[in-house]
Amino acid sequence: MPFPRLPALLLVATLPCVCAAQDDTQKEVERYRQLLAEGNPADLFEAKGEELWKTPRGPNQVSLERCDLGLGAGVVKGAFARLPRYFADTDRVQDMESRIVTCMVTLQGFKAEDVTRNPFSAPGRPADLEALASYVAGESKGMKLDAPLVHPKEVEAFRVGERLFYRRAGPHDFACVSCHGEKGKRIRLQELPKLTDPNDARRIFTTWPAYRVSQGTVRTMQHRLYDCYWQMRHPQMDYASEASIALEVFMAKYANGGEIGAPGLKR
Amino acid sequence: MAGDKVEVRVLMAHEMETGQRKDASGALVPAHFIQNVTVTHAGKTVLSAQWGTSISKNPFVHFRFKGGKPGEKVTITWVDNKGERRTDEAVIAGGS
Repeated sequence: MPFPRLPALLLVATLPCVCAAQDDTQKEVERYRQLLAEGNPADLFEAKGEELWKTPRGPNQVSLERCDLGLGAGVVKGAFARLPRYFADTDRVQDMESRIVTCMVTLQGFKAEDVTRNPFSAPGRPADLEALASYVAGESKGMKLDAPLVHPKEVEAFRVGERLFYRRAGPHDFACVSCHGEKGKRIRLQELPKLTDPNDARRIFTTWPAYRVSQGTVRTMQHRLYDCYWQMRHPQMDYASEASIALEVFMAKYANGGEIGAPGLKR
Repeated sequence: MAGDKVEVRVLMAHEMETGQRKDASGALVPAHFIQNVTVTHAGKTVLSAQWGTSISKNPFVHFRFKGGKPGEKVTITWVDNKGERRTDEAVIAGGS
């Protein structure tokens, strides 16, 4: 009687297939990400940013081509890989975005309040800063992050960032470390990097700014911090604020050595 | 070129509004999306697509076709539901 045996055989036969299917799913997700990366819409923002960078704008009608991003006036290539850092002219530690704002104010004559009023785009309202940041970051693609931590103000910023990272506060009693202090954590399907782990930090910190598929635009590290603070129900993180830059200095220390993959592509 | 085929990658900057989204004041955002995409090579259409609102913002198209040679031109045109259009031309590169 061979027939009654058949269902049992089938069951045995299908078990390995289930496992294989899960492996395949993971592989397919990887493949999907690769395919997406080939057509990263951040390229469009890079191109727009380059145009904005080289176009005379603002009350002074000059371009940003003489902007000093840390490697000297006019050097964009590789500048992002050496940020955040201390700048003598402003006497503060600055990240890429706050430095772009500085140049827009000092070179082009914009008012800082105007530049930073809407630093993040919304539907129907594009943000120049997102495009400019994409361009500047893209000019360091493939280079190794090497943010300095030497100047006393850089060291101070690191300490402030460290305090902020671990300090629980707010109605949820949350700190950055609540989500980013352990390996293998996730929110729904979104994996959470352990930001004090160099492997995670190098992979994550170096891929912002990134095109967020779910938002249809490039978001920057400043936006990531702003959003994290909102999610923690902390007071609003002001754009290019000292606190935000301190957190970046803190993260950069662990991310140093990672290859710049910005502008990246994220969920 | 990928073997004997021409590899085409196109990234289009377009809002691709579905017409179902509402803005901050609750008003419907009118639909605005690419309807037709045409790719031609040497006077022949090599790809023709009719798109709708389910295509993502800033769409990316990737395909291959036979019969192209390095140095020849590929032309791509999209037309959206408002009649706006954009045409770009690229020269086929050799190699790979």
